[in-house]
Amino acid sequence: MYAFTYQRAKTVRQAAGLLAKNADAKLLAGGQTLLPTMKQRLASPSAVIDLGKVEGLAGIERKGRTVVIGAMTKHSDVATSAIVREAIPALAALADGIGDPAVRNRGTIGGSVANNDPSADYPAACLALGATIVTNKRKIPADAFFQGMFATALDEGEIIVKIAFPAASKASYAKFPNPASRYAMVGVFVAKRGSDVRVAVTGASSDGVFRWSAAEEALRARFNPKSLEGVSAKADGMIADIHGSAEYRAHLVGVMTKRAVTAALGK
Amino acid sequence: MTTVTMTVNGKSVTANVDPRTLLAQFVREHLRLTGTHVGCDTSQCGACVVHVDGRAVKSCTTLAVSCDGAAVTTIEGLANGAELHPMQAAFREHHGLQCGFCTPGMIMAAVDIVNRKGHVLDEHTIREELEGNICRCTGYHNIVKAVEAGARAMAPGAAAIAAE
Ligand SMILES: Cc1cc2nc3c(=O)[nH]c(=O)nc-3n(C[C@H](O)[C@H](O)[C@H](O)COP(=O)(O)OP(=O)(O)OC[C@H]3O[C@@H](n4cnc5c(N)ncnc54)[C@H](O)[C@@H]3O)c2cc1C
Ligand code: FES
Ligand code: FES
Repeated sequence: MYAFTYQRAKTVRQAAGLLAKNADAKLLAGGQTLLPTMKQRLASPSAVIDLGKVEGLAGIERKGRTVVIGAMTKHSDVATSAIVREAIPALAALADGIGDPAVRNRGTIGGSVANNDPSADYPAACLALGATIVTNKRKIPADAFFQGMFATALDEGEIIVKIAFPAASKASYAKFPNPASRYAMVGVFVAKRGSDVRVAVTGASSDGVFRWSAAEEALRARFNPKSLEGVSAKADGMIADIHGSAEYRAHLVGVMTKRAVTAALGK
Repeated sequence: MTTVTMTVNGKSVTANVDPRTLLAQFVREHLRLTGTHVGCDTSQCGACVVHVDGRAVKSCTTLAVSCDGAAVTTIEGLANGAELHPMQAAFREHHGLQCGFCTPGMIMAAVDIVNRKGHVLDEHTIREELEGNICRCTGYHNIVKAVEAGARAMAPGAAAIAAE
């Protein structure tokens, strides 16, 4: 790891001020992505601004049919939150399946969403549930937020403050974890709200998380795994690496979507 | 340099450190608590697990300066003088180790599992929960047995029952 200056912010405004002064600075949340990246010297910020002590950035509250989760809320706290388990159990289960217990004890939802790793879990939940990413500057709908591998709508110096998830009537996340890293080889989040169905896929595409519109259409007609027979994802643009070919991932997308729908139906 | 103050195994420590100092480095090199091991240094193996404010974390993936004001427990903080912590005793009793390199992290992770999941743990739960801890020697079988037994032994009143 290269040397950096360390700054502790007490408020979001202060963190934003520090960021504005140094284009080369990075925010530190749980550090479960940033620190390994810095150790590998793939990132070398000249300053690190720790959000750990910023007041009011962690916490979970329910506002009507919406669950609002602060950016610094840890994966383990989302997994065990009574509010999340009651309102959106699929989201709590997703958080419980991230990495391992020690990673979940430090990693945060804001860090995960800001990072937009193509194999991360939360982006699929944001997209399928139609979440709103609230920053220090504006509110960004998930559909406009995720812009390809590690790319988001966040401007320089913009900080995620919280994420609002509207509850769904039926939802489930089915993940095929890489057996070594536990990141998603393919993860599919399915959410049904009234007659609307949204299917978000992570881990598969080299463009990062995406909505699988063919499956959404089929499921809107009838919300049942049988509706997906004959609907297949294209291998074109899927990630191909030592863990699996593009064709394998495309096939897994179909399999995991069926599993997610089956689970959402409580079967 | 950045000043950091934390409580480690019940004792308050203040130090002036290079901000890059990882918590693992801090406890090993500054405090000479070398029970915490660094196996992979890439957040995978769990040999470096310590508790920060009562939660298991990978100390190779945590900055010491981020732990300002926190209470840290390392493997050295578990035993009561010469008397092993019940989880340590269970690892010895059940041969939950061979070379012992992964053991401090395994035990810290195991105590965290008990804190979260209680004293009666089935094999499946233990194996799932040890996802982040790698052992190259034992094949895990005896580790799972040790965690199961250690969890029971940690229950209030367990020592009294065992003595009867
Ligand atoms: C062994 C291991 C296994 C893992 N497995 C999984 C897995 O299965 N699924 C999964 O989804 N993830 C996995 N992760 C990643 C983990 O979930 C991280 O916690 C997460 O990706 C980043 O969150 P963080 O809080 O640690 O962020 P950090 O590492 O602190 O930050 C990540 C990036 O986001 C930026 N950032 C952080 N907070 C904000 C904010 N509020 N506003 C704007 N930018 C911000 C930082 O500047 C940085 O660029 C794993 C990590 C490890 C080490
Ligand atoms: S040394 Fe920290 S996880 Fe391996
Ligand atoms: S006992 Fe040798 S690595 Fe686990």
